[in-house]
Amino acid sequence: MTWETVIGLEVHTQLATKTKIFSGASTAFGAEANTQACAIDLAMPGTLPVLNAEAVRMAVMFGVAIDAEIGLISAFERKNYFYPDLPKGYQTTQLEKPIVLEGKVDIQLDDGRTKTVRIHHAHLEEDAGKSLHEDFHGMSGIDLNRAGTPLIEIVSEPDMNSPEEAVAFAKKLHALVVSIGICDGEMAQGSMRFDVNVSVNKKGEGLGTRTETKNLNSFRFMERAIVQEVERQIDLLEDGGEVVQETRLYDGDTHTARSMRSKEEANDYRYFPCPDLLPVEIDQAYVDAVRASLPELPEARRTRFVDEYGLSDYDAGVLCDEPATASYFEAVAGQCGDAKLAANWVMGELAARLNSEEQLIQYCPVSAEQLAALISRIIDKTISNKMAREVFAAMWDGEGDPDSIIEARGLKQVSDSGAIEGMVDEVIANSAKQVENYCQADASKRPKMLGYFVGQIMKASKGQANPQQVNEVLLQKLNALL
Amino acid sequence: MSIDRADIEKLGELARIHISDENAQESAKSINEVLALVDQLQAVDTTNIEPLANPLGARQRLRLDEVSESNRRDAFQAIAPATEEGLYLVPKVIE
Repeated sequence: MTWETVIGLEVHTQLATKTKIFSGASTAFGAEANTQACAIDLAMPGTLPVLNAEAVRMAVMFGVAIDAEIGLISAFERKNYFYPDLPKGYQTTQLEKPIVLEGKVDIQLDDGRTKTVRIHHAHLEEDAGKSLHEDFHGMSGIDLNRAGTPLIEIVSEPDMNSPEEAVAFAKKLHALVVSIGICDGEMAQGSMRFDVNVSVNKKGEGLGTRTETKNLNSFRFMERAIVQEVERQIDLLEDGGEVVQETRLYDGDTHTARSMRSKEEANDYRYFPCPDLLPVEIDQAYVDAVRASLPELPEARRTRFVDEYGLSDYDAGVLCDEPATASYFEAVAGQCGDAKLAANWVMGELAARLNSEEQLIQYCPVSAEQLAALISRIIDKTISNKMAREVFAAMWDGEGDPDSIIEARGLKQVSDSGAIEGMVDEVIANSAKQVENYCQADASKRPKMLGYFVGQIMKASKGQANPQQVNEVLLQKLNALL
Repeated sequence: MSIDRADIEKLGELARIHISDENAQESAKSINEVLALVDQLQAVDTTNIEPLANPLGARQRLRLDEVSESNRRDAFQAIAPATEEGLYLVPKVIE
């Protein structure tokens, strides 16, 4: 039996404003509990919301970046439900008239295909606070610092058909909102959270019943949650059961999802227009001005990397996945002047180390300037690639700039041709047998036999001879003996 | 449109309000009176009329994105029923 998977995403994206969407309280992350929750955020009687202009601008910025129609008149509604982290008893959100209407996002898949994912709409809303369920004498603790943080909820059409496509879409959105500066993209801090709608159906039949898995805050969790949910639904259906329309909650600790509530007991949100907020009106000139201020988008950057730096499509794609990585690469390439080498280092040694230390490039202990200085020392042949890796590790551990590390560790590569010739001569003189074998061997086999000599010479130089130069001199001298 | 006892109970549950039997009767009656008024309003033909958010046709004013609130946690928590470690404490949330 062939099953088809249909996936749609709702993406909650925290906007990088300085203050809340409806109050002048700070949104800075990591403050002490409730020190950034003012009377409006706490829903004190008599307070009124006033909309943050920057939140509107950022939402419009997202809209123009995905080529969407902008809602020149948008309006806020109240979504009513009870939960202690929502002191007003309703979330102020947009329903009938969102600020961003239909748009689209192109995603690149591993097999080279490009696919368009349609965006149904994106709307402005406020985030809720946080409930801490550790036991406080049988009670829960509430931190309302996050309450009122501006969000845009981006709602896709169900245009994705595999976990890979869903992840590619999520990553693309992430790169997009970070590169246009409307979100800090810090997934671990909850700056971007995904709800996934999944259904399966037999090939050729209509859509199946969908479930929604909420609050996934990493690409990895999202992928696992989708894979599991697809399996669960197919198992159910193949055993003659039925999928129940329900909301499921994913637990990142156990990697399992459980049912939160089913459709029958679904909340009735009783939406109605918020009487505290008037419709928001913007004009075309405003939208045009925001469009004109749009920085380079990841797609354009990727193309430019291929054209300007001569990188392969694949390398450009990897570098542009994360805007911070792309910027880091550009800084390195610009300073050292060798884009290819810069790309190799950023995607190779640097990426591997960031990965193994689970570190974001934003907090990389080796700055772009330092890495560029290191690469410059490879280009001017002061050190070999191998030595550079040692220097890189030392820079990572905070031992300072490449030049001082090279100096301190005596890593200078010997490029003095006289010294190298001397070492080559000595090794040839001490390897009579190998030289004889070399001279008698078939010409096609000789290149492989060089390894022995190179190894001896490198050993003699304690690894500091310039390998390229060693090869040249060695070849010249051996061939003279033929 | 009118509502019955069951609707009142459902509304009470959504609003987390306990509604006693006698209040349920009374509430249903009052709400139905309001709904009758709504029916009357809805009978008006509003084809081709844009909904109005307020009678003056005013639009939302926006504020600059500048921090204007300081930390007044102590004052707010002084009137909260229970707090600890800067948190507001509430009956345990069971989902």
